[in-house]
Amino acid sequence: MPMVPKRLKPYAMIAPALAVFSLFYLYPIGYMIHLSFHEWNFISPEKTYVGLGNYREMLADDVFLQVLRNSALYTVMTVLLATGTALPLALWLNRKSGFHAFVQGAIFSPHIISLVSVSLLWSWLMDPEYGLLNGLLHPLGIGPLKWLNDPDTALLSLVIVAVWKNLGYNTIVFIAGLQSIPPELLEAAALDRSKPWTTFRRIILPMLSPTLFFLVIINLIGSFQVFETIAIMTQGGPVNSTNTLVYYIYEYGFRYFKIGHASAAGVILLVIVGTLTLVYFRLLSRRVHYR
Amino acid sequence: MSRNDAGLRTTVGPARGAGRPTAAGRFRFVLAAALRIANYACMLLIVCAFALPFAWMISTSLKTLPETMIFPPEWIPDHPVWSNYTVAWNSGPFPKYLLNSFFVSAGILALQMLTIIPAAYAFARFRFPGRGLLFGLVMATLMIPPQLIFLPVYLMLSDWKLLNTHLALILPFASSAFGIFLLRQSFLQTAGELIEAARLDHAPEWKIMLRIMAPLARPVLATFALFSFISHWNDYFWPLVMTTNESVRTLPLGIAKIRETEGTATWNVLMAANVMLAVPVLIAFFAAQRHIIRAFVHGGIK
Repeated sequence: MPMVPKRLKPYAMIAPALAVFSLFYLYPIGYMIHLSFHEWNFISPEKTYVGLGNYREMLADDVFLQVLRNSALYTVMTVLLATGTALPLALWLNRKSGFHAFVQGAIFSPHIISLVSVSLLWSWLMDPEYGLLNGLLHPLGIGPLKWLNDPDTALLSLVIVAVWKNLGYNTIVFIAGLQSIPPELLEAAALDRSKPWTTFRRIILPMLSPTLFFLVIINLIGSFQVFETIAIMTQGGPVNSTNTLVYYIYEYGFRYFKIGHASAAGVILLVIVGTLTLVYFRLLSRRVHYR
Repeated sequence: MSRNDAGLRTTVGPARGAGRPTAAGRFRFVLAAALRIANYACMLLIVCAFALPFAWMISTSLKTLPETMIFPPEWIPDHPVWSNYTVAWNSGPFPKYLLNSFFVSAGILALQMLTIIPAAYAFARFRFPGRGLLFGLVMATLMIPPQLIFLPVYLMLSDWKLLNTHLALILPFASSAFGIFLLRQSFLQTAGELIEAARLDHAPEWKIMLRIMAPLARPVLATFALFSFISHWNDYFWPLVMTTNESVRTLPLGIAKIRETEGTATWNVLMAANVMLAVPVLIAFFAAQRHIIRAFVHGGIK
Protein backbone atom coordinates (compact mmCIF):
# COMPACT_ATOMS: atom_id res chain seq x y z
CA MET A 1 0.00 0.00 0.00
CA PRO A 2 2.53 2.63 -1.07
CA MET A 3 -0.04 5.28 -2.03
CA VAL A 4 -1.85 5.36 1.30
CA PRO A 5 -0.62 8.08 3.67
CA LYS A 6 0.79 6.62 6.86
CA ARG A 7 -1.93 7.97 9.13
CA LEU A 8 -4.68 6.38 7.08
CA LYS A 9 -2.98 3.01 6.79
CA PRO A 10 -4.76 1.27 9.72
CA TYR A 11 -8.13 2.46 8.41
CA ALA A 12 -7.37 1.08 4.99
CA MET A 13 -6.45 -2.24 6.58
CA ILE A 14 -9.70 -2.64 8.48
CA ALA A 15 -11.87 -1.15 5.73
CA PRO A 16 -12.65 -4.40 3.85
CA ALA A 17 -13.73 -6.21 7.00
CA LEU A 18 -15.71 -3.23 8.19
CA ALA A 19 -17.43 -2.94 4.82
CA VAL A 20 -18.64 -6.54 5.09
CA PHE A 21 -19.88 -6.06 8.65
CA SER A 22 -21.65 -2.80 7.90
CA LEU A 23 -23.29 -4.09 4.76
CA PHE A 24 -24.35 -7.54 5.94
CA TYR A 25 -24.77 -7.19 9.70
CA LEU A 26 -25.30 -3.64 10.88
CA TYR A 27 -27.29 -2.17 8.00
CA PRO A 28 -29.71 -5.15 7.84
CA ILE A 29 -30.52 -4.64 11.53
CA GLY A 30 -31.58 -1.06 10.80
CA TYR A 31 -33.43 -2.16 7.67
CA MET A 32 -35.29 -4.83 9.62
CA ILE A 33 -36.38 -2.34 12.29
CA HIS A 34 -37.54 0.00 9.51
CA LEU A 35 -39.50 -2.78 7.80
CA SER A 36 -41.17 -3.78 11.05
CA PHE A 37 -43.11 -0.49 10.97
CA HIS A 38 -44.41 -1.15 7.47
CA GLU A 39 -46.76 -3.47 5.70
CA TRP A 40 -45.28 -5.02 2.59
CA ASN A 41 -45.88 -8.19 0.61
CA PHE A 42 -42.49 -8.20 -1.14
CA ILE A 43 -44.05 -7.90 -4.60
CA SER A 44 -45.88 -4.58 -4.60
CA PRO A 45 -43.68 -1.52 -5.07
CA GLU A 46 -45.37 0.26 -2.14
CA LYS A 47 -44.46 -0.15 1.51
CA THR A 48 -47.28 1.14 3.71
CA TYR A 49 -46.34 2.73 7.03
CA VAL A 50 -48.39 1.14 9.82
CA GLY A 51 -46.55 2.30 12.92
CA LEU A 52 -46.72 -0.31 15.64
CA GLY A 53 -49.46 -2.15 13.74
CA ASN A 54 -47.35 -5.25 13.09
CA TYR A 55 -46.38 -5.51 16.74
CA ARG A 56 -49.98 -5.11 17.87
CA GLU A 57 -51.15 -7.71 15.36
CA MET A 58 -48.40 -10.08 16.48
CA LEU A 59 -49.07 -9.79 20.19
CA ALA A 60 -52.76 -10.44 19.54
CA ASP A 61 -51.87 -13.55 17.55
CA ASP A 62 -52.29 -16.73 19.59
CA VAL A 63 -49.82 -18.56 17.36
CA PHE A 64 -47.13 -15.99 18.07
CA LEU A 65 -47.69 -16.23 21.79
CA GLN A 66 -47.41 -19.99 21.51
CA VAL A 67 -44.22 -19.55 19.47
CA LEU A 68 -42.74 -17.41 22.23
CA ARG A 69 -43.76 -19.97 24.83
CA ASN A 70 -42.30 -22.82 22.74
CA SER A 71 -39.03 -20.94 22.23
CA ALA A 72 -38.71 -20.18 25.93
CA LEU A 73 -39.60 -23.72 26.98
CA TYR A 74 -37.25 -25.27 24.42
CA THR A 75 -34.44 -22.94 25.44
CA VAL A 76 -34.81 -23.45 29.18
CA MET A 77 -35.00 -27.23 28.88
CA THR A 78 -32.09 -27.44 26.45
CA VAL A 79 -29.83 -25.16 28.48
CA LEU A 80 -30.61 -26.88 31.78
CA LEU A 81 -30.07 -30.36 30.38
CA ALA A 82 -27.13 -29.61 28.11
CA THR A 83 -25.10 -27.66 30.67
CA GLY A 84 -26.40 -29.52 33.73
CA THR A 85 -25.28 -32.91 32.46
CA ALA A 86 -22.09 -31.56 30.90
CA LEU A 87 -20.64 -30.45 34.22
CA PRO A 88 -20.60 -33.86 35.98
CA LEU A 89 -19.49 -35.42 32.71
CA ALA A 90 -16.57 -32.99 32.50
CA LEU A 91 -15.52 -33.62 36.13
CA TRP A 92 -15.55 -37.26 35.27
CA LEU A 93 -13.79 -37.16 31.90
CA ASN A 94 -11.13 -34.65 32.90
CA ARG A 95 -8.21 -37.06 32.68
CA LYS A 96 -5.41 -37.47 30.23
CA SER A 97 -5.57 -40.98 28.85
CA GLY A 98 -6.20 -42.44 25.45
CA PHE A 99 -9.49 -43.89 26.63
CA HIS A 100 -10.74 -40.60 28.04
CA ALA A 101 -9.70 -38.79 24.88
CA PHE A 102 -11.72 -41.34 22.91
CA VAL A 103 -14.82 -40.83 25.05
CA GLN A 104 -14.42 -37.07 24.73
CA GLY A 105 -14.18 -37.48 20.97
CA ALA A 106 -17.26 -39.70 20.86
CA ILE A 107 -19.49 -37.27 22.72
CA PHE A 108 -18.09 -34.34 20.74
CA SER A 109 -18.64 -35.94 17.33
CA PRO A 110 -22.28 -34.81 16.81
CA HIS A 111 -21.14 -31.23 17.15
CA ILE A 112 -19.08 -31.23 13.97
CA ILE A 113 -21.52 -32.93 11.61
CA SER A 114 -24.20 -31.06 9.74
CA LEU A 115 -27.53 -30.41 11.43
CA VAL A 116 -29.05 -32.02 8.34
CA SER A 117 -27.34 -35.28 9.29
CA VAL A 118 -28.42 -34.98 12.89
CA SER A 119 -32.01 -34.15 11.95
CA LEU A 120 -32.40 -36.98 9.43
CA LEU A 121 -30.77 -39.47 11.76
CA TRP A 122 -32.99 -38.58 14.70
CA SER A 123 -36.13 -38.46 12.58
CA TRP A 124 -35.42 -42.09 11.83
CA LEU A 125 -34.39 -43.01 15.39
CA MET A 126 -37.66 -41.47 16.60
CA ASP A 127 -39.81 -43.10 13.93
CA PRO A 128 -42.97 -44.11 15.82
CA GLU A 129 -43.32 -47.44 14.02
CA TYR A 130 -39.88 -48.82 13.21
CA GLY A 131 -37.48 -46.46 14.99
CA LEU A 132 -34.60 -47.69 17.11
CA LEU A 133 -35.65 -45.72 20.20
CA ASN A 134 -39.00 -47.47 20.42
CA GLY A 135 -37.14 -50.69 19.64
CA LEU A 136 -34.88 -50.18 22.65
CA LEU A 137 -37.74 -49.14 24.92
CA HIS A 138 -39.93 -52.07 23.83
CA PRO A 139 -38.22 -54.74 26.00
CA LEU A 140 -38.60 -52.41 29.00
CA GLY A 141 -42.34 -52.37 28.43
CA ILE A 142 -42.38 -48.69 27.45
CA GLY A 143 -44.09 -47.30 24.42
CA PRO A 144 -44.47 -47.23 21.55
CA LEU A 145 -43.97 -43.48 21.89
CA LYS A 146 -44.97 -41.16 19.07
CA TRP A 147 -42.05 -38.74 19.66
CA LEU A 148 -42.24 -36.02 17.00
CA ASN A 149 -45.77 -36.92 15.94
CA ASP A 150 -47.43 -36.10 19.25
CA PRO A 151 -47.93 -32.43 20.22
CA ASP A 152 -47.20 -33.36 23.84
CA THR A 153 -43.79 -34.90 23.18
CA ALA A 154 -42.59 -33.20 19.97
CA LEU A 155 -40.86 -30.23 21.63
CA LEU A 156 -39.22 -32.46 24.22
CA SER A 157 -38.00 -34.74 21.42
CA LEU A 158 -36.31 -31.76 19.78
CA VAL A 159 -34.74 -30.90 23.13
CA ILE A 160 -33.27 -34.41 23.29
CA VAL A 161 -31.74 -33.94 19.84
CA ALA A 162 -30.29 -30.55 20.84
CA VAL A 163 -28.82 -31.99 24.03
CA TRP A 164 -27.29 -34.87 22.08
CA LYS A 165 -25.76 -32.40 19.66
CA ASN A 166 -24.46 -29.87 22.22
CA LEU A 167 -23.49 -31.99 25.20
CA GLY A 168 -20.03 -32.77 23.85
CA TYR A 169 -19.21 -29.15 23.14
CA ASN A 170 -20.29 -28.06 26.62
CA THR A 171 -18.35 -30.89 28.22
CA ILE A 172 -15.15 -30.05 26.37
CA VAL A 173 -15.44 -26.37 27.29
CA PHE A 174 -15.98 -27.33 30.93
CA ILE A 175 -12.90 -29.57 30.78
CA ALA A 176 -10.87 -26.66 29.38
CA GLY A 177 -12.15 -24.58 32.30
CA LEU A 178 -11.25 -27.30 34.82
CA GLN A 179 -7.75 -27.55 33.42
CA SER A 180 -7.20 -23.84 33.91
CA ILE A 181 -7.76 -24.14 37.68
CA PRO A 182 -4.32 -23.82 39.33
CA PRO A 183 -3.38 -27.32 40.51
CA GLU A 184 -1.92 -25.87 43.74
CA LEU A 185 -5.44 -25.01 44.85
CA LEU A 186 -6.63 -28.58 44.44
CA GLU A 187 -3.47 -29.97 46.03
CA ALA A 188 -3.96 -27.66 49.01
CA ALA A 189 -7.52 -28.86 49.36
CA ALA A 190 -6.39 -32.48 49.18
CA LEU A 191 -3.75 -31.85 51.86
CA ASP A 192 -6.41 -30.31 54.07
CA ARG A 193 -8.45 -33.50 53.59
CA SER A 194 -11.26 -31.36 52.24
CA LYS A 195 -14.33 -33.44 51.38
CA PRO A 196 -14.92 -33.81 47.62
CA TRP A 197 -18.20 -31.92 47.84
CA THR A 198 -16.55 -29.09 49.76
CA THR A 199 -13.69 -28.94 47.25
CA PHE A 200 -16.25 -28.80 44.48
CA ARG A 201 -18.35 -26.09 46.07
CA ARG A 202 -15.57 -23.93 47.50
CA ILE A 203 -12.91 -24.22 44.79
CA ILE A 204 -14.04 -25.83 41.57
CA LEU A 205 -17.41 -24.16 41.18
CA PRO A 206 -16.20 -20.59 41.86
CA MET A 207 -13.18 -21.05 39.61
CA LEU A 208 -15.44 -22.51 36.93
CA SER A 209 -18.14 -19.85 37.13
CA PRO A 210 -16.89 -17.76 34.17
CA THR A 211 -16.95 -20.92 32.02
CA LEU A 212 -20.37 -21.89 33.31
CA PHE A 213 -21.65 -18.43 32.63
CA PHE A 214 -20.18 -18.35 29.12
CA LEU A 215 -21.78 -21.70 28.31
CA VAL A 216 -25.19 -20.75 29.67
CA ILE A 217 -25.25 -17.58 27.55
CA ILE A 218 -23.96 -19.29 24.40
CA ASN A 219 -26.51 -22.08 24.82
CA LEU A 220 -29.32 -19.61 25.51
CA ILE A 221 -28.56 -17.59 22.38
CA GLY A 222 -28.06 -20.72 20.28
CA SER A 223 -31.30 -22.29 21.46
CA PHE A 224 -33.36 -19.21 20.74
CA GLN A 225 -32.14 -19.43 17.13
CA VAL A 226 -33.05 -23.06 16.57
CA PHE A 227 -34.22 -23.59 13.00
CA GLU A 228 -32.70 -26.55 11.17
CA THR A 229 -34.01 -29.39 13.30
CA ILE A 230 -37.48 -27.84 13.20
CA ALA A 231 -37.44 -27.24 9.45
CA ILE A 232 -36.34 -30.80 8.72
CA MET A 233 -38.00 -32.79 11.49
CA THR A 234 -41.34 -31.17 12.31
CA GLN A 235 -41.99 -28.05 10.17
CA GLY A 236 -43.27 -26.45 13.37
CA GLY A 237 -45.93 -29.11 13.88
CA PRO A 238 -47.87 -30.98 15.00
CA VAL A 239 -50.34 -28.11 15.48
CA ASN A 240 -47.60 -25.52 16.08
CA SER A 241 -46.27 -27.41 19.08
CA THR A 242 -42.69 -26.99 17.84
CA ASN A 243 -43.06 -23.66 16.06
CA THR A 244 -40.32 -21.35 17.36
CA LEU A 245 -39.16 -17.82 16.64
CA VAL A 246 -36.81 -18.24 13.68
CA TYR A 247 -39.13 -20.73 12.00
CA TYR A 248 -42.03 -18.30 12.53
CA ILE A 249 -40.02 -15.49 10.91
CA TYR A 250 -39.11 -17.79 8.03
CA GLU A 251 -42.72 -18.82 7.44
CA TYR A 252 -44.13 -15.29 7.61
CA GLY A 253 -41.38 -14.02 5.32
CA PHE A 254 -41.21 -16.76 2.71
CA ARG A 255 -44.58 -18.49 2.83
CA TYR A 256 -47.06 -15.70 3.66
CA PHE A 257 -44.91 -12.85 2.27
CA LYS A 258 -45.81 -10.64 5.24
CA ILE A 259 -42.45 -8.93 5.43
CA GLY A 260 -43.45 -6.34 8.02
CA HIS A 261 -44.90 -8.94 10.35
CA ALA A 262 -41.86 -11.20 9.96
CA SER A 263 -39.54 -8.24 10.59
CA ALA A 264 -41.39 -7.33 13.76
CA ALA A 265 -40.87 -10.90 15.00
CA GLY A 266 -37.21 -10.48 14.01
CA VAL A 267 -36.98 -7.36 16.15
CA ILE A 268 -38.35 -9.36 19.12
CA LEU A 269 -35.59 -11.94 18.56
CA LEU A 270 -33.07 -9.11 18.29
CA VAL A 271 -34.20 -7.75 21.66
CA ILE A 272 -33.86 -11.18 23.27
CA VAL A 273 -30.41 -11.91 21.82
CA GLY A 274 -29.26 -8.33 22.47
CA THR A 275 -30.34 -8.45 26.10
CA LEU A 276 -28.56 -11.76 26.68
CA THR A 277 -25.41 -10.40 25.04
CA LEU A 278 -25.44 -7.23 27.12
CA VAL A 279 -25.95 -9.19 30.32
CA TYR A 280 -23.04 -11.36 29.33
CA PHE A 281 -20.63 -8.52 28.60
CA ARG A 282 -21.74 -6.54 31.65
CA LEU A 283 -20.99 -9.44 33.97
CA LEU A 284 -17.89 -10.45 32.05
CA SER A 285 -16.31 -7.02 32.28
CA ARG A 286 -16.39 -7.35 36.06
CA ARG A 287 -14.26 -10.46 36.00
CA VAL A 288 -12.12 -10.55 32.91
CA HIS A 289 -9.59 -7.88 32.14
CA TYR A 290 -9.21 -7.04 28.46
CA ARG A 291 -6.03 -5.64 27.07
CA MET B 1 -13.95 -36.94 40.59
CA SER B 2 -15.23 -40.15 42.10
CA ARG B 3 -12.29 -42.23 41.00
CA ASN B 4 -9.75 -39.78 42.37
CA ASP B 5 -11.49 -39.59 45.71
CA ALA B 6 -11.77 -43.32 45.99
CA GLY B 7 -8.09 -43.59 45.18
CA LEU B 8 -7.23 -41.02 47.79
CA ARG B 9 -9.15 -42.84 50.49
CA THR B 10 -7.54 -46.21 49.83
CA THR B 11 -4.09 -44.73 50.26
CA VAL B 12 -5.10 -42.88 53.39
CA GLY B 13 -7.05 -45.80 54.89
CA PRO B 14 -4.35 -48.46 55.24
CA ALA B 15 -1.77 -45.85 56.33
CA ARG B 16 -3.85 -45.19 59.42
CA GLY B 17 -3.94 -48.92 60.14
CA ALA B 18 -0.16 -48.99 60.79
CA GLY B 19 0.79 -50.56 57.46
CA ARG B 20 -1.37 -53.65 57.94
CA PRO B 21 -4.50 -54.00 55.78
CA THR B 22 -7.38 -53.63 58.20
CA ALA B 23 -10.94 -54.76 57.53
CA ALA B 24 -11.91 -51.19 56.85
CA GLY B 25 -8.94 -50.79 54.52
CA ARG B 26 -9.88 -53.92 52.65
CA PHE B 27 -13.47 -52.78 52.42
CA ARG B 28 -12.30 -49.49 50.98
CA PHE B 29 -10.15 -51.30 48.48
CA VAL B 30 -13.10 -53.39 47.29
CA LEU B 31 -15.26 -50.31 47.19
CA ALA B 32 -12.69 -48.50 45.08
CA ALA B 33 -12.53 -51.42 42.67
CA ALA B 34 -16.32 -51.53 42.44
CA LEU B 35 -16.44 -47.80 41.82
CA ARG B 36 -13.86 -48.16 39.11
CA ILE B 37 -15.89 -50.85 37.38
CA ALA B 38 -19.09 -48.82 37.72
CA ASN B 39 -17.18 -45.88 36.34
CA TYR B 40 -16.13 -47.73 33.20
CA ALA B 41 -19.61 -49.20 32.80
CA CYS B 42 -21.15 -45.73 32.85
CA MET B 43 -18.59 -44.50 30.39
CA LEU B 44 -19.40 -47.39 28.09
CA LEU B 45 -23.07 -46.45 28.34
CA ILE B 46 -22.27 -42.89 27.36
CA VAL B 47 -20.15 -43.99 24.42
CA CYS B 48 -23.09 -46.15 23.32
CA ALA B 49 -25.47 -43.19 23.46
CA PHE B 50 -23.24 -41.49 20.90
CA ALA B 51 -21.99 -44.44 18.87
CA LEU B 52 -25.25 -46.37 18.51
CA PRO B 53 -27.08 -43.72 16.46
CA PHE B 54 -24.17 -43.69 13.97
CA ALA B 55 -24.01 -47.48 13.90
CA TRP B 56 -27.76 -47.53 13.32
CA MET B 57 -27.37 -45.08 10.44
CA ILE B 58 -24.81 -47.34 8.74
CA SER B 59 -26.83 -50.49 9.46
CA THR B 60 -29.97 -48.96 7.95
CA SER B 61 -28.08 -47.79 4.88
CA LEU B 62 -27.33 -51.44 4.03
CA LYS B 63 -30.88 -52.77 4.43
CA THR B 64 -33.60 -53.48 1.92
CA LEU B 65 -36.77 -51.45 2.33
CA PRO B 66 -38.76 -54.34 3.90
CA GLU B 67 -35.89 -54.92 6.34
CA THR B 68 -36.28 -51.36 7.62
CA MET B 69 -39.90 -52.18 8.46
CA ILE B 70 -39.30 -54.84 11.08
CA PHE B 71 -40.22 -54.26 14.69
CA PRO B 72 -38.39 -54.68 16.98
CA PRO B 73 -35.56 -53.59 14.68
CA GLU B 74 -32.67 -55.85 13.72
CA TRP B 75 -29.10 -54.66 13.62
CA ILE B 76 -27.47 -56.79 10.93
CA PRO B 77 -29.10 -57.01 7.50
CA ASP B 78 -29.06 -60.46 5.85
CA HIS B 79 -27.25 -59.25 2.74
CA PRO B 80 -25.82 -55.75 2.77
CA VAL B 81 -27.46 -53.74 -0.01
CA TRP B 82 -24.90 -51.34 -1.42
CA SER B 83 -27.25 -50.10 -4.11
CA ASN B 84 -28.85 -47.68 -1.62
CA TYR B 85 -25.76 -45.57 -2.07
CA THR B 86 -26.05 -45.44 -5.84
CA VAL B 87 -29.78 -44.71 -5.59
CA ALA B 88 -29.05 -41.83 -3.24
CA TRP B 89 -26.19 -40.52 -5.37
CA ASN B 90 -28.25 -40.68 -8.57
CA SER B 91 -31.33 -39.04 -7.07
CA GLY B 92 -29.96 -35.56 -7.71
CA PRO B 93 -27.05 -33.64 -9.20
CA PHE B 94 -24.65 -34.69 -6.46
CA PRO B 95 -21.35 -33.92 -8.20
CA LYS B 96 -22.74 -30.41 -8.63
CA TYR B 97 -23.77 -30.14 -4.96
CA LEU B 98 -20.35 -31.35 -3.88
CA LEU B 99 -18.59 -28.86 -6.12
CA ASN B 100 -20.82 -26.02 -4.89
CA SER B 101 -20.17 -26.92 -1.26
CA PHE B 102 -16.45 -26.93 -1.88
CA PHE B 103 -16.47 -23.72 -3.90
CA VAL B 104 -18.56 -21.85 -1.34
CA SER B 105 -16.64 -23.04 1.75
CA ALA B 106 -13.25 -22.42 0.11
CA GLY B 107 -14.36 -19.07 -1.33
CA ILE B 108 -15.53 -17.89 2.08
CA LEU B 109 -12.30 -18.99 3.70
CA ALA B 110 -10.13 -17.28 1.08
CA LEU B 111 -11.98 -13.97 1.41
CA GLN B 112 -11.93 -14.21 5.19
CA MET B 113 -8.15 -14.60 5.15
CA LEU B 114 -7.85 -11.51 2.95
CA THR B 115 -10.00 -9.38 5.23
CA ILE B 116 -9.16 -10.62 8.73
CA ILE B 117 -5.35 -10.63 8.56
CA PRO B 118 -4.95 -6.91 7.79
CA ALA B 119 -7.80 -5.95 10.14
CA ALA B 120 -6.42 -7.99 13.04
CA TYR B 121 -2.95 -6.60 12.36
CA ALA B 122 -4.21 -3.02 12.38
CA PHE B 123 -6.14 -3.53 15.62
CA ALA B 124 -3.16 -5.17 17.28
CA ARG B 125 -0.24 -3.06 16.09
CA PHE B 126 -1.45 0.45 15.30
CA ARG B 127 -2.70 3.25 17.52
CA PHE B 128 -5.29 5.39 15.80
CA PRO B 129 -8.26 7.53 16.76
CA GLY B 130 -11.47 5.46 16.93
CA ARG B 131 -9.70 2.14 17.39
CA GLY B 132 -11.69 1.16 20.48
CA LEU B 133 -14.98 2.14 18.89
CA LEU B 134 -14.29 0.29 15.64
CA PHE B 135 -13.14 -2.80 17.48
CA GLY B 136 -16.31 -2.66 19.56
CA LEU B 137 -18.29 -2.52 16.33
CA VAL B 138 -16.54 -5.64 15.07
CA MET B 139 -17.19 -7.45 18.35
CA ALA B 140 -20.85 -6.47 18.21
CA THR B 141 -21.30 -8.34 14.93
CA LEU B 142 -20.02 -11.44 16.70
CA MET B 143 -23.35 -11.57 18.44
CA ILE B 144 -25.49 -11.12 15.32
CA PRO B 145 -26.33 -14.61 14.05
CA PRO B 146 -27.41 -15.23 10.45
CA GLN B 147 -30.79 -16.37 11.80
CA LEU B 148 -31.43 -12.83 12.95
CA ILE B 149 -30.74 -10.91 9.74
CA PHE B 150 -31.58 -13.35 6.96
CA LEU B 151 -34.79 -11.61 5.99
CA PRO B 152 -33.39 -8.09 5.36
CA VAL B 153 -30.26 -9.58 3.75
CA TYR B 154 -32.49 -11.66 1.47
CA LEU B 155 -34.35 -8.51 0.39
CA MET B 156 -31.07 -6.69 -0.22
CA LEU B 157 -29.62 -9.53 -2.27
CA SER B 158 -32.87 -9.71 -4.18
CA ASP B 159 -32.58 -6.00 -5.02
CA TRP B 160 -29.06 -6.56 -6.25
CA LYS B 161 -30.17 -9.56 -8.34
CA LEU B 162 -27.77 -11.79 -6.41
CA LEU B 163 -30.22 -14.45 -5.19
CA ASN B 164 -29.43 -17.89 -6.56
CA THR B 165 -25.76 -17.10 -7.05
CA HIS B 166 -22.66 -18.34 -5.29
CA LEU B 167 -21.98 -14.75 -4.28
CA ALA B 168 -25.13 -14.72 -2.13
CA LEU B 169 -23.65 -17.63 -0.18
CA ILE B 170 -20.13 -16.23 0.04
CA LEU B 171 -20.22 -12.42 0.38
CA PRO B 172 -22.08 -12.14 3.71
CA PHE B 173 -19.37 -14.29 5.30
CA ALA B 174 -16.43 -12.59 3.57
CA SER B 175 -15.13 -11.44 6.91
CA SER B 176 -15.31 -12.89 10.39
CA ALA B 177 -15.42 -11.01 13.67
CA PHE B 178 -14.42 -14.18 15.43
CA GLY B 179 -11.38 -14.57 13.17
CA ILE B 180 -10.31 -10.97 13.77
CA PHE B 181 -10.70 -11.44 17.52
CA LEU B 182 -8.68 -14.66 17.55
CA LEU B 183 -5.93 -13.37 15.28
CA ARG B 184 -5.62 -10.07 17.11
CA GLN B 185 -5.00 -11.94 20.36
CA SER B 186 -2.25 -13.86 18.65
CA PHE B 187 -0.70 -10.74 17.11
CA LEU B 188 -0.74 -9.01 20.49
CA GLN B 189 1.27 -11.85 21.96
CA THR B 190 3.97 -11.65 19.30
CA ALA B 191 7.03 -9.80 20.56
CA GLY B 192 6.87 -6.11 19.72
CA GLU B 193 10.68 -5.92 19.41
CA LEU B 194 10.49 -8.05 16.30
CA ILE B 195 8.26 -5.50 14.61
CA GLU B 196 10.26 -2.53 15.89
CA ALA B 197 13.41 -4.07 14.45
CA ALA B 198 11.73 -4.63 11.10
CA ARG B 199 10.34 -1.11 11.10
CA LEU B 200 13.82 0.29 11.82
CA ASP B 201 15.02 -1.63 8.79
CA HIS B 202 12.37 0.24 6.80
CA ALA B 203 10.57 -2.94 5.95
CA PRO B 204 7.20 -2.06 4.44
CA GLU B 205 4.25 -2.70 6.76
CA TRP B 206 2.64 -5.30 4.51
CA LYS B 207 5.89 -7.25 4.48
CA ILE B 208 6.03 -7.26 8.29
CA MET B 209 2.45 -8.45 8.35
CA LEU B 210 2.82 -11.25 5.81
CA ARG B 211 6.44 -12.32 6.35
CA ILE B 212 6.72 -12.05 10.14
CA MET B 213 3.32 -11.91 11.79
CA ALA B 214 1.21 -14.25 9.67
CA PRO B 215 3.69 -17.16 9.81
CA LEU B 216 3.95 -16.79 13.59
CA ALA B 217 0.18 -16.95 13.83
CA ARG B 218 -0.04 -20.05 11.66
CA PRO B 219 -1.53 -22.32 14.37
CA VAL B 220 -4.26 -19.78 15.05
CA LEU B 221 -4.96 -19.39 11.34
CA ALA B 222 -5.18 -23.16 10.97
CA THR B 223 -7.58 -23.38 13.90
CA PHE B 224 -9.75 -20.68 12.41
CA ALA B 225 -9.63 -22.25 8.94
CA LEU B 226 -10.82 -25.62 10.26
CA PHE B 227 -13.68 -24.02 12.11
CA SER B 228 -14.73 -21.82 9.22
CA PHE B 229 -14.53 -24.51 6.54
CA ILE B 230 -16.42 -27.18 8.48
CA SER B 231 -19.10 -24.73 9.65
CA HIS B 232 -19.87 -23.53 6.14
CA TRP B 233 -19.56 -27.01 4.66
CA ASN B 234 -22.27 -28.13 7.10
CA ASP B 235 -24.49 -25.08 6.75
CA TYR B 236 -28.09 -25.68 5.76
CA PHE B 237 -29.83 -22.50 6.79
CA TRP B 238 -28.18 -19.85 4.63
CA PRO B 239 -28.23 -21.72 1.29
CA LEU B 240 -31.81 -22.81 1.99
CA VAL B 241 -32.93 -19.22 2.35
CA MET B 242 -30.83 -17.62 -0.38
CA THR B 243 -31.21 -20.16 -3.19
CA THR B 244 -33.96 -22.09 -4.92
CA ASN B 245 -31.96 -23.24 -7.90
CA GLU B 246 -30.35 -26.69 -7.68
CA SER B 247 -27.38 -25.53 -9.75
CA VAL B 248 -26.04 -23.38 -6.88
CA ARG B 249 -27.27 -25.42 -3.92
CA THR B 250 -24.92 -27.25 -1.59
CA LEU B 251 -24.56 -30.79 -0.31
CA PRO B 252 -26.62 -30.56 2.92
CA LEU B 253 -29.58 -29.24 0.89
CA GLY B 254 -29.17 -31.98 -1.67
CA ILE B 255 -29.22 -34.62 1.06
CA ALA B 256 -32.25 -33.09 2.76
CA LYS B 257 -34.03 -33.01 -0.60
CA ILE B 258 -33.80 -36.77 -1.08
CA ARG B 259 -36.81 -37.04 1.21
CA GLU B 260 -38.82 -35.29 -1.48
CA THR B 261 -37.46 -37.24 -4.42
CA GLU B 262 -37.30 -40.72 -2.91
CA GLY B 263 -40.18 -40.50 -0.44
CA THR B 264 -40.20 -39.76 3.28
CA ALA B 265 -40.13 -43.40 4.39
CA THR B 266 -37.23 -44.72 2.31
CA TRP B 267 -34.99 -44.67 5.33
CA ASN B 268 -32.42 -47.02 3.81
CA VAL B 269 -31.70 -44.60 0.95
CA LEU B 270 -31.88 -41.59 3.26
CA MET B 271 -29.39 -43.13 5.67
CA ALA B 272 -27.06 -44.02 2.80
CA ALA B 273 -27.16 -40.35 1.79
CA ASN B 274 -26.61 -39.39 5.40
CA VAL B 275 -23.55 -41.63 5.62
CA MET B 276 -22.14 -39.85 2.57
CA LEU B 277 -22.70 -36.50 4.26
CA ALA B 278 -21.53 -37.31 7.79
CA VAL B 279 -18.86 -39.98 7.53
CA PRO B 280 -16.19 -37.96 5.65
CA VAL B 281 -16.45 -35.24 8.31
CA LEU B 282 -16.35 -37.85 11.09
CA ILE B 283 -13.24 -39.46 9.59
CA ALA B 284 -11.56 -36.06 9.35
CA PHE B 285 -12.62 -35.43 12.93
CA PHE B 286 -11.13 -38.59 14.35
CA ALA B 287 -7.98 -38.10 12.29
CA ALA B 288 -7.40 -34.59 13.64
CA GLN B 289 -9.51 -34.73 16.79
CA ARG B 290 -7.32 -32.51 18.95
CA HIS B 291 -7.11 -29.72 16.41
CA ILE B 292 -10.75 -29.80 15.46
CA ILE B 293 -11.91 -29.81 19.07
CA ARG B 294 -9.65 -26.84 19.76
CA ALA B 295 -10.98 -25.03 16.72
CA PHE B 296 -14.59 -25.53 17.76
CA VAL B 297 -14.03 -24.70 21.41
CA HIS B 298 -12.61 -21.34 20.35
CA GLY B 299 -15.25 -20.97 17.68
CA GLY B 300 -18.10 -21.41 20.11
CA ILE B 301 -18.37 -17.70 20.65
CA LYS B 302 -20.41 -17.53 17.50
